[in-house]
Order: sequence, then structure tokens, then C-alpha cells
Amino acid sequence: MTLLSLSSLKVSLGQRPVLKGITLDVAAGEFIGLIGPNGAGKSTLLRAALGLLRGSGDIRIAGRDTKAISARERAHHIAYLPQEREIAWPVSVETLVAFGRAPHRSLGGLSAQDIAVIEQAIQRMEIDEFRHRSAIELSGGEKARVLIARALAQDAPLLLADEPTVGLDPWHQITLMRIFADLAREGRGVIASMHDLGLAARWCTRLIMIDHGMIVADGSPEAVLTAERLRQVYGVTSFIDTIAGGMVVQPLDVDRKAH
Amino acid sequence: MSDLARYRLVASILAVATVVLFLLSLTVGPAGIAFGDSMAALFSDKGDGIALIMQEIRLPRAILGLMIGVTLGLSGAVLQGYLRNPLAEPGLLGISASASLGAVLSIYTGLSAAFALGLPLAALAGAVIAVVVVQAMAGTRGGSLTIILAGIAVTSFAGAMTSLALNLSPNPFAALEIMFWMLGSLTDRSMTHVWLAGPFILAGCLMLAGLGRSLDALTLGRDAAASMGVDLRRVQFLAVFGTAASIGAATAVAGAIGFVGLVVPHILRPLVGAKPSRLLPVSALGGGCVLLSADILVRIIAPDRDLKLGVLTAIVGAPFFLWLVYKTRKELA
Repeated sequence: MTLLSLSSLKVSLGQRPVLKGITLDVAAGEFIGLIGPNGAGKSTLLRAALGLLRGSGDIRIAGRDTKAISARERAHHIAYLPQEREIAWPVSVETLVAFGRAPHRSLGGLSAQDIAVIEQAIQRMEIDEFRHRSAIELSGGEKARVLIARALAQDAPLLLADEPTVGLDPWHQITLMRIFADLAREGRGVIASMHDLGLAARWCTRLIMIDHGMIVADGSPEAVLTAERLRQVYGVTSFIDTIAGGMVVQPLDVDRKAH
Repeated sequence: MSDLARYRLVASILAVATVVLFLLSLTVGPAGIAFGDSMAALFSDKGDGIALIMQEIRLPRAILGLMIGVTLGLSGAVLQGYLRNPLAEPGLLGISASASLGAVLSIYTGLSAAFALGLPLAALAGAVIAVVVVQAMAGTRGGSLTIILAGIAVTSFAGAMTSLALNLSPNPFAALEIMFWMLGSLTDRSMTHVWLAGPFILAGCLMLAGLGRSLDALTLGRDAAASMGVDLRRVQFLAVFGTAASIGAATAVAGAIGFVGLVVPHILRPLVGAKPSRLLPVSALGGGCVLLSADILVRIIAPDRDLKLGVLTAIVGAPFFLWLVYKTRKELA
């Protein structure tokens, strides 16, 4: 099933064209790594797909034109994890996760289903032991888990995550990638913009590489991540190998000939 | 105790305190009237002295104290939540300063002397101009920083124009009247003031009161809130125009009363687990309690000197705020 479909999406920020015609489909069960150099348009792509930025072209969510659905209904289909782990007030972890139910709630308290979904998200992200602590006092890794639990509480079939692994230690990075991969296996779709090519290669089912606002490669990690392409797009030389558990990609040095 | 149980307890205590303080406000004054007599006089149609004092002087004063306190507490909590800034307060948008300027100009030009509603109407006009300027500057998709900066610019300009009016004031009495008005007070207000400010305050508070859920989502930032289905343009419209209507009307009848809108949400935030949707109702009640208490205190501390309400709230509020900042400085760092 197609969860999200973009066709000829063009977005300009001020006078500068950032996305120059993006066409892609996201199916249930895919864990897509959105890769590309700084300024390539990864965050813009995610924000435009959510309707946070205006552009030209078509955006369809679960087959329906986004112009025809309300922001609240859109939130039933797509959850979003911004790059900044912003938490303005010292609310408890539990309260913060419950905010994710916002698009599903009417007036009144949390329903039994709300509570069940919140509880599931808390258990899944293993944040039960600090559920009563203030969310702003947590470490970076704990915060990241709590915010993903918030997005899971939204219970949407598609999750867009903007650089979710930035600033996390290897244990948390891998834990996050495992959860995203599990979500995809359960039939949801996940798109995560990433800079860590090693993690992307190892965990994503599909990679989309963008550069200067255009898709330059789209396919399996093996097909997208070639030494030649990394040299052209990122301007780096790299070590690439395939081992038992998947691909290993390690950028080595800047390639002086490329820039 | 669970968060919900504590929230309900705090809200109940504040609701009871508001009722008690409202009744107390009706019974405190230079004319020493016993509690039973005063309550009876409130509903009597005899038209004697006591009934006149209760119905024409104390009742409007208590109602205004309650309405304006609620407005200050509620709009302070909404603005802090919307701007995600613990230093936000109703005065920040330039509405209080512009409303004051309108009032000052009406005194300066003699409009206020010419007819009774000249001053509050001029103050309301000032508030409207301020909000139009701030909203135009921020635009429909404006960020919180733009709103804060536009508010500071409007406040500064209104302050400068107020200084000019004082500077050029035709006689020392006009200057003194302007100064006294600016200190903020509920003395000698009538039911006319209640009927003038009431509809604006009510409309403004209704616009602000429904924002709780949206402010909850905004805890996670603008993009996250928008992705959860929050219409940021609608939230901004309601927050800005709701504050303008309620604070503009409050300033129009009582002058600028500082620190209540800043301090009340601060005190109550830890008691309701910092959740914005829970902070709104308790801040409204808390603001009502604080302003009614302050207005009772000015009558007790200096019954014959007309101590101004705004002076008392600033004298108590500012050091208290300093203590709050000291206590929470680790969080703010």
C-alpha cells in the first residue's frame, strides 16, 4: 500500500529553489534512509511532505490529495519527529507522550484506547522506569526515546524522522534503528534523514540520495552506496564492504580531486 | 498523589479562595459595614446609603478586580505557552503600553474631562492599534521572536509618546493626573466601567481559554505541533487578539497593572506539572485571587492615602519574581 506519494514536488525558500522536482512513493513496510550532503534538501523534503512548507507539485497521503484533507486528519496518517529535541516545559515523561494523542482526542479526558496506545509506546521505548520524571532533565538519549514514544502515540502508519540519530551514543543510535526497522516490519513506513552512512547502509531497506534538490539515486543500500557516487556527491573516498549482517560503509578522507 | 488529583485539588482551592476573596472585597472599605448588613444591602432596593455604597462602589470594584485578575493570569499563561518563553507577559505585546498611551492622550487633550467614557475608549483604541501593528509585523506565519521584538518596539514607542505628553502637558495638574492614572487602580470605578470592559474581557478570555490543547502540543515546538494537526495561524490569531481584547479593556478601566500576568503562571506551573492546558484555568483563578487580595490590601494598609494597586503589585511582585528566578536559575541556564 502506498502511504505517501510525491510527484514533481518543487519548493523554494525565499528566492532559492531547494527542491527541484522530487518524485517518490513510500510503501508500507519500507524503512527509507534519506541521505545527501548538508543543504541537499533533506529536511525541506520532510517538512514539505508534511505540509509545513508550501510548494508546487502533488502530495498524496494514502492516495488522497493533501489539499483536500485537514491538518488534523493528516496527523492521523503521518507522525513527525523534528531534528531539535525541543521540550519547552518540565512536564513529566508520561504527560509528554500523551501529547501525541492530540489529533485523536475530542473534548474530555483520555479514552481507554488513548491510554492503551500511550502505555504501548512507553513499554516499547523502554521509558517506563522514568515515566514520572521531568522530561527536560533527561539525557539526550533518554529524551530521544521519549520523543519517539510521543510520535508512536500518534499511531500513524507513516513516521518521518529528521536526523533522529544525531547526538546519540552508539547504543542509542542502534536501538533507534532497530525500532524503526521493527516498525517497518510491522507494516508501517519510516523515512529518516541521516548523515551516518554506516547506520543507513546497515538498517534501511531502501536509500534515497538527494543532492542539490534532486534525487540522484534511489534503491537498495547496495545499489545506492557505491564508492564512485560517494566521491561525486559527498566528495569523500570510502571503504565499502559486505559482511554477514549487511553492508559496512565508512567514509575515509576528503577527495581533493572531487571538489 | 497523582498529577490529576493534585491539579484538581489546586483548582478547587483556588476556586474557593476566589469566592472568599470576592466576598471579602465587598466587605472591606472606609465605611465600616457589618458583613450581614453589607450582603443584605447588595440585594436591597431601598436606595439608602449602605445600599448605594455596596451597589455603586464596592460591587463594581470587586467585579473589576476579579475580571482583571482573571484576565491577567489567563493571558500571561497563554502568552508564556504560545511564545514558549517563561518571561512572556501581557505587557510584552505592547498592548498595555499602547492602551496607556491612549488613556494619557485623552487626559492630555481634555477628552476624558469632556465625557466619562473618553478615557477607556481612547485606551481601547490604543490597544487595537498596538495589536494591528504587532500582527502585521509578525505576519500570518510569524515566529515568536518576531512577535516579542515587535511588541518591544511598540512598547518603547508608546512609552516615548507618553513621555512626550507628560513633557508638554499644559499644567502640572494634568501631568499629575496622567501619572496617577498610569499607576493603576480600581478606586472609584462604577458599573459603567464594568459594562464597558466586561464584554471585551469576556470575549478575550473565551478566545484564550480554548487554547490549552494547542499549547500542550506547542511544548514540542512549532513544527511538531503543526504535524500534530495544530493550526498555528489560528492559535496566533486567538492568542494575540484574545490578549488585545481582554488586556486592552482591563488597562482601559484600571490602568497598567504589572507583574500579575508574569508571576502567577510561574508560581502555579510546578503545582500542575507544567502542563499548559492545566495551567490556563488555575492561572485565571490565581490571577483573580492575587488581584482581589492586592486590592483588599491597598484598602487595609493605607485606608486614607489611596495607595495605588499597580504600585503594590509591582512592589510585591518584582522581588518575588527575583526570588523565583533565583530558585529556578539552574533550569533557565
